[in-house]
Amino acid sequence: MATTQSAPAASTWRGASQLVVPSRVQRNGAWYVAEYRLRNLSKWWGAILAFGLGNPILYLASIGLGVGALVNRNGGTLPDGVAYLTFLAPALLATAAIQGTQDEVSFPLMHGLKWERVFYAIQATAITPLQISQGIMLTAMIRSVFTAGIYWAVLWVAGAFTSANAFLAIPAAIVAGMSFACLMLALTVRFIDSQMFLASIGRFVLTPMFLFSGTFFPLESMPLAARWLGWISPLWHATDLGRVLTYGKVIPTWLLLTHIAYLLVLGWASFTIGNRMLTKKMTG
Amino acid sequence: MSSTTTSPESQPRLDAAPMIAARGLTKNYDDFRAVDGIDFTVTRGESFGLLGPNGAGKSTTMRMIACTSQPTAGTLEILGRDTEHHGPWIRAHLGVVPQQDNLDRELTVRENLYIYGRYFGLPRSYINAKIDELLEFAQLEDKRESKVDALSGGMKRRLTIARALINEPEILMLDEPTTGLDPQARHVLWDRLFRLKERGVTLIITTHYMDEAEQLCDRLVVMDKGTFMAEGSPAGLIAQYSSKEVVEVRFGSERNQEIVDKIADLGDRVEVLPDRILLYSAEGEAALAHIIERGLHPMTSLVRRSSLEDVFLRLTGRSLVD
Repeated sequence: MATTQSAPAASTWRGASQLVVPSRVQRNGAWYVAEYRLRNLSKWWGAILAFGLGNPILYLASIGLGVGALVNRNGGTLPDGVAYLTFLAPALLATAAIQGTQDEVSFPLMHGLKWERVFYAIQATAITPLQISQGIMLTAMIRSVFTAGIYWAVLWVAGAFTSANAFLAIPAAIVAGMSFACLMLALTVRFIDSQMFLASIGRFVLTPMFLFSGTFFPLESMPLAARWLGWISPLWHATDLGRVLTYGKVIPTWLLLTHIAYLLVLGWASFTIGNRMLTKKMTG
Repeated sequence: MSSTTTSPESQPRLDAAPMIAARGLTKNYDDFRAVDGIDFTVTRGESFGLLGPNGAGKSTTMRMIACTSQPTAGTLEILGRDTEHHGPWIRAHLGVVPQQDNLDRELTVRENLYIYGRYFGLPRSYINAKIDELLEFAQLEDKRESKVDALSGGMKRRLTIARALINEPEILMLDEPTTGLDPQARHVLWDRLFRLKERGVTLIITTHYMDEAEQLCDRLVVMDKGTFMAEGSPAGLIAQYSSKEVVEVRFGSERNQEIVDKIADLGDRVEVLPDRILLYSAEGEAALAHIIERGLHPMTSLVRRSSLEDVFLRLTGRSLVD
């Protein structure tokens, strides 16, 4: 191996004090982390697009149209008196946003804190652990905008929406996705050393949440003893909110405000706790 | 040292004030004291080494200097600012090469350098030009678009060092820079680090290799159990704590202890290791000749110059690499 090559000329070495503007990093650090995550994501764009489009199309075909045809045939018992696809659409939309953000939070955290420890490389720069948390959330939000946007478009083409305000279901789904993303931040950091964590999230959190959040049938049709599963689920709050927005479901104002408050408080509290744990883990 | 020079708020101090000043620096992990009240200063352009076995507290000290771990007690100032309140500002001026490479395996060599530059808020045009320079420096021009996984251990290490230079750091910190590398890769790295030193970059190096410390460090401390056992230049430490030469003799593990009393008077000091006896003497060849004159015939013998290993053995009673 040659060792005669010259190092960069000394004259080109200006030094960090001339090059780096710490206040710029303080201002934009979270965006730099998001830029990295998006670059990483871009390696998987084919899979993300296929999943983003394939998921709604398959669900629409099987549940929305297939099961919907059966449900609609018993017209007298339709939930909320709307077509089954219309009833189902806001739930599917919120679920898709939640799944997208869950992917976008838990895997990068495992990658960054455990598998490759790349967050420790980021932390050695002017970036802070808080900015790492924020950057992960920014990327999750971008991903949820993308996922919810595609999903909404497919549902709209399929004629799932009857209200002129149906587009508001997109921000509602994004809020749900972000609320869940924050919860995942806290859970992933808390259970980062558990071998079972990623598998358990799917089995014991996502799937039950999908089934018991008033997704396929109104929450009220579940026994009272099981309804709490819906009440604590961000998906139920987002779904019910989405139903108000997409087909004008009538709910009391207090419940509407509860849905919004629940999603915001869950997100805020989870982010605060999750970020604190992440910071402690990285700076201990 | 001038204490009257003032620096602009955004600039590190460029006067003769220490780059790093630690007083009573202590770090506890629950009941375990990893670093126990150490004091040291490092001046601009100096190459400062922390030498010690695994678990001595070197990496913990490095993490505190890198502002990624807060001291439990004591004060630590870098570039004139305390690490407790100015972590991100200080880190903006550092380059850190961790013990284990934490490159992003999903990105290419070029992308790893690029995103790292972004973490310092550096403009894209600057980073793209700098990448060419760093790839040449690290001898990785051919690997520009390769995934990190395709690199050898030595290449990954060089890439990690190149990455740490993207912001042209005032202080470059290297934690065990050549552990796990083959001899050729180590020499290439030493060459690269020596060039940085020539350019005036302050180097902080931890190692448990004596030859590495002798090659790279102007000054070093011997660290054990969280404290500094000794401090000085490699040659100064050897002069202070060891003799000029060492005779290594092997009589077989059964007989070493029995022989030691018969030769102890031939040198300044004698150490018995499980497999050999070390006799410290200014005149190694003469001491060996005396051993043989006494009718003691070692299975193998070697006369060599004293090294930092001998200093460490003297100070701690243990070998550096167990």
